[in-house]
Order: sequence, then structure tokens, then C-alpha cells
Amino acid sequence: MKGVTEASERDVEFTTISGRPVNRLYTADDIADLAYTRDINHPGTFPYTRGIHPTGYRGKLWTMRQFAGFGTPEETNERYKTLLRAGGTGLSVAFDLPTLMGRDPDHELSLGEVGKCGVSIVSLADMERLFDGITLADITTSMTINSPASMIFAMYLVVAEKQGADWTRLSGTIQNDILKEFIAQKEYIYPPRESMRLITDVFAFCSKEVPRWNTVSVSGYHIREAGSTALQELAFTLRDGIEYVQYGIDAGLDVDDFAPRLSFFFNSHSDFFEEIAKFRAARKVWAEVMRDRFRAKQERSWKLRFHTQTAGVSLTAQQPYNNVVRTALQALAAVLGGTNSLHTNSLDEALALPTAEAATLALRTQQIIAHESGVVNTVDPLGGSYFVERLTADMERGARDYFAIIDRMGGMVEAIEAGFPQKEIAEASYRFQQAVEQRDKVIVGVNDFVQQDEPPVPILYIDETTGEKQLARLEALRRTRDTGRVERALDALRETARGQGNTMYPLLECVRAYATVGEMCDALREVWGEYEEVALI
Amino acid sequence: MMRKIRVVIAKPGLDGHDRGAKVIARALRDAGMEVIYTGLRQTPEQIVSAALQEDADVIGLSILSGAHMHICPKVMELLKAKGLDDVLVVVGGIIPDVDIPKLQEIGVKGIFLPGTPMQQIIDFVNANVRDRVERV
Repeated sequence: MKGVTEASERDVEFTTISGRPVNRLYTADDIADLAYTRDINHPGTFPYTRGIHPTGYRGKLWTMRQFAGFGTPEETNERYKTLLRAGGTGLSVAFDLPTLMGRDPDHELSLGEVGKCGVSIVSLADMERLFDGITLADITTSMTINSPASMIFAMYLVVAEKQGADWTRLSGTIQNDILKEFIAQKEYIYPPRESMRLITDVFAFCSKEVPRWNTVSVSGYHIREAGSTALQELAFTLRDGIEYVQYGIDAGLDVDDFAPRLSFFFNSHSDFFEEIAKFRAARKVWAEVMRDRFRAKQERSWKLRFHTQTAGVSLTAQQPYNNVVRTALQALAAVLGGTNSLHTNSLDEALALPTAEAATLALRTQQIIAHESGVVNTVDPLGGSYFVERLTADMERGARDYFAIIDRMGGMVEAIEAGFPQKEIAEASYRFQQAVEQRDKVIVGVNDFVQQDEPPVPILYIDETTGEKQLARLEALRRTRDTGRVERALDALRETARGQGNTMYPLLECVRAYATVGEMCDALREVWGEYEEVALI
Repeated sequence: MMRKIRVVIAKPGLDGHDRGAKVIARALRDAGMEVIYTGLRQTPEQIVSAALQEDADVIGLSILSGAHMHICPKVMELLKAKGLDDVLVVVGGIIPDVDIPKLQEIGVKGIFLPGTPMQQIIDFVNANVRDRVERV
């Protein structure tokens, strides 16, 4: 390269964390193929590479949305009130594994899991306890729930109804992204096609009844946590988004009626510039897909809005205070990539769920970026960087190559059935682990700069009484509710599932009758069966 | 001739996070062991029965959900009942410090937290597996 001397370099591989080679220097020559208005353009202008808002964070800061949930609904309710008092601007509910898997606390597989990874929600009564004293019309709530998303969403709507809120004014998000469950997180219940029906039912329901609700948060986060590269995260997530739009259209919906309510959720990992490029590329690719592939007419359908969470997988149990620094850098990358909302992980999350102190420090990290670092003063400050623009364009090209492969397989559902994304991710995660083993990639405190005899950090310990409490409540509920009404509501749900009707309406009735998450999910298991994956290593 | 070390890698409970289980399964296999991966959502009964059927020398449990203090004692109890006391049991995942001595007390020999090098786990298995197998 011109002007670059052959001076010696350290004997290491200069690659991103995803293994992509990085040049010593980037110059104008590296972006000569890019045209500003076509490929980059001003913020707020198609293809939105630089952001969806013309004013960036000068108009509105990102939503600082800390994911939280543990133990009983009362304990989590208390944490939410703490976060809101500390200046958090939205809620984000973490559910425990029995809830996520549609099992009641008395199911065999719920043993030891109740309230551990999130809050235990069994029936409407728990949802009422969870949001006690919090006015749903005044906040936005994100709920990380997938297989039983419709059931939990129905509970939220009934709580709002009881508070006297108008559904058309409610705003928030359900994750409701089943495709990435098959690909990565594996919290699936029903087979793919039946699962997709639940999702298109939510699209149709919300476009009529809850128009400001984000119906799917198409998630790359879990794909990345499962060990994918940055490019795989981008490509599989956007291709999942394409699948949802296609299924919505195939279900008879107008693309502009539901596409604006799709939002995205990405990981922010440790390779700073690669992550920023990923976020910028995501906006551009999605805008072009929506306009050119689906012929969406409204600009709102073209604009990719996304939430980001820093990379849990990058946190280490060793020297846990190092995680504060990792998280700060990852959060900064998300902000420079123009995230619309952000969760920062706590320093103790490789050890346990976060303590209140650790969760507050994580929120403070965002506040320092927002109010002290100055990076919010101008929109997309890295736009025009030779390196960042080159990486962005390469990310885009790589994503389109993956789209072509998946399109040839017939779509993402077919690709999942063939195990394609699953295998790609498993390969990448093993390659990375080998690079760590061979110290081609250094992880401070893990394979270098190791320290013996570390002092322990305080952690949150979920006591075993949550399981007992929730079991006792479940028994009491079954004794006191109107059993006939529950049975009739569940029968109506089964009936709808066997036919073509929208499952949201009978689910709302089940919820009002205080049917449990496990009962509602079982009713659909009886009709649709369960998915089982082939275990491959 | 002695046979290779046989390992059952299992994901008990409801948790579906299988990156660690799959990575370690491959690492042990690449190191020359015979590895059987059970797949997701196995009950303690299913895991012990897999170990019996496969004549496993080692059971590796991957648990990130916090249910380890329920799952591990159950697995150890069942192993004992089946006369499989000499099977080496190791656990990987998110395990709070305070639980480590409790797990060791019930016979879990190795406990590996996030960030543990794969080679360390391979070495541990070699050093602690029962005698009738060929070490790698």
C-alpha cells in the first residue's frame, strides 16, 4: 500500500474477534466504491446507515432499559421501583425458566428453577403483583418471552385493562422471536410452523388492538451468545426478520400494517469497531430489504430500531471487576452505533444474577456515557471513517451472501430444519474457543494476566423459598378460582388452535379466568405437539 | 487393550444455553475421548440411565440456571443407587462460590466456572478418571 512502510509489527494476528483480518491502515482508496447518498447518507435519510433520526441523541437519548427479574413477583417489583427511582426510563422483565418454557412450578422439570433466572409468573395474579404500584400507561415495558409470548402479553393487557389503561396507548415490546430460539437459545415449545402462527396472530391482533406495541424483537443477542461471529449475528437476525415479514404477508397482512412494529435486539461484543459497523450495516440492509424486497411504502417500515445488550458471554468469573470496563466499552460501541435502547450487564453476572449495587453501577455506566463523555453531541461521529465505512460495507455484503444461501434453502424455517444456522454457530464458537486456548485471542484475567487468590465479590443468592411460595400460591389459586370458567376458556383455546382463528382472543379469556401459563401452554401442546431438536456436537 | 475414556455430557433442567456443553463435548472428543451428548432438558434419571447404558467413566453436567443444588444431589444419589459410585462427575456453569464446597461434599469432583480453559478440564478428567481406561 502506498505510503505504508514495511516497518516491523508485533507477531500477532490482526483480526477482529470474529476472525476478520484488519489492515494496518485504511485510506480513501478503501471506500472508493462507496457513494455517499446511496450507501451512507445523512441520518434520518434512506438507507439510514448513519441513524434513523436526523438529530440522533441530540433529539432523544437512548432508553436506558435494564433487564431485571428474580424470585417472586414482589421481589422483582421492588427492584423495578429501585431502577425507576435511579433514573431508569423503561422496564425490562426477565422471566424464570419455568415461565419461559411454559411450565408451572409443580412440573418435574421446574425442580430448582423457580425464580432463579428471572421472576416466576404463574397466572394473572402474579402479573398484578409484578406491576403493583406501576402505571402501565406511563411506562414502556419490554418482556423477554418467546414461546409463551402470547400468554404473557395477554396477561400484561389484562393488568392494563384492570388499571383502566387504553390498549391503543400502551407501548412496549414482547421479544416473541421464536426463530432465534430454534437457532440459538433453545427455549422452544411447539414445532416451527405452529410457532410462526402464534406470531402472525400477534401481528394481526396488535395492528387492530394495540397499535403502538412492538410485536417482535428480532434478536441477534442470543445468536451471538451462542458463539456466532458478528457477521452471523447480523445475517441470521435480519434473515429471521425477513422470515417474519414474509409469514405476515403470507397470512394476508399488509406489510406496512405490521412491519413498523418489528424491532431488533443486538449484542454489543468486545470488538469495538466491528460492532459499530454491524449496527450501521443492520440499518442499511433492513431499509433496502423492506423497500426493495417487500415493497413497503411507509418510511416507518424501512427504519430499523434496535435495543442492545452488552455481551454476557464476554464476562469472566475471574477478576470480575474487569467486567465493568468490558461493559463500558461495549456500551460505548452500541451508542456510537446508534442504539435506540440499551442494557448494560453487571460485573457479577458470570457468577450469579446481579446484586442491586452491581445493577446500579451498570446503569451508571450508561449515564456516564450519556452525560459526561460528549459522544452524544453529534450524530454518528464515526461516519466517514475509512475503516468504519469499509467494515460497514463488508458486513452488508457478508449478510447478503448468507441471505442468498438461506433463500436457496427455501427460507429460515427450512434452514433451521436443516440445522444450517445451528451448525454455522457451533463451528464459529469452537473456532473462537480454540483461539482462546492457543492464546491467539487474549482474555485478560483468563488466559493472560491471571491472578491467584482473588477476593470474592458479593453476589445475589436466590433463596429456595421462592419455589415453595409459588407452589403454595398455585395450589391456593386452583382451589379458589372458577374451575368451570378456566376449563371453558382452555377448551375455546384448543378449538381455535385446531382451526384458523386468532389465538390472542381465547388466550385473553384464559388469562381473565386465571388459567396458568402451564395450562395455556399445555392446551396448545395437546393440539400442536412439541418440537425436539436433534442433538449434534 | 484398555478402551478410551467415555464421557456423557448432559444439559439438565430447563436451560437451553448449550454453547459451553457443545464446546467442551467437542474439545474432549478432539482430545481422544468418546463423547456422548444427551441434548437438552434431561432429568437426573435420564442422565444416570444414559451413563449406565453408555458405560460412562465421566458425567459432565452443564448448568447455568442456578438449579445445580437441586440437580446435582439427585444425580449423585441415583448414581450411588445404581452402583455407579466410581463415575467421575464434573459440573460446568455459573456456580456461586458458596455452593462449591457443598457440591464437593456430595462427591462432585470438578467444578468449572466460565472462562476455564478446555485443556484444564481435559487434564482434570485424565487425572481423576477411574483406572480401567486409557488416558489421553
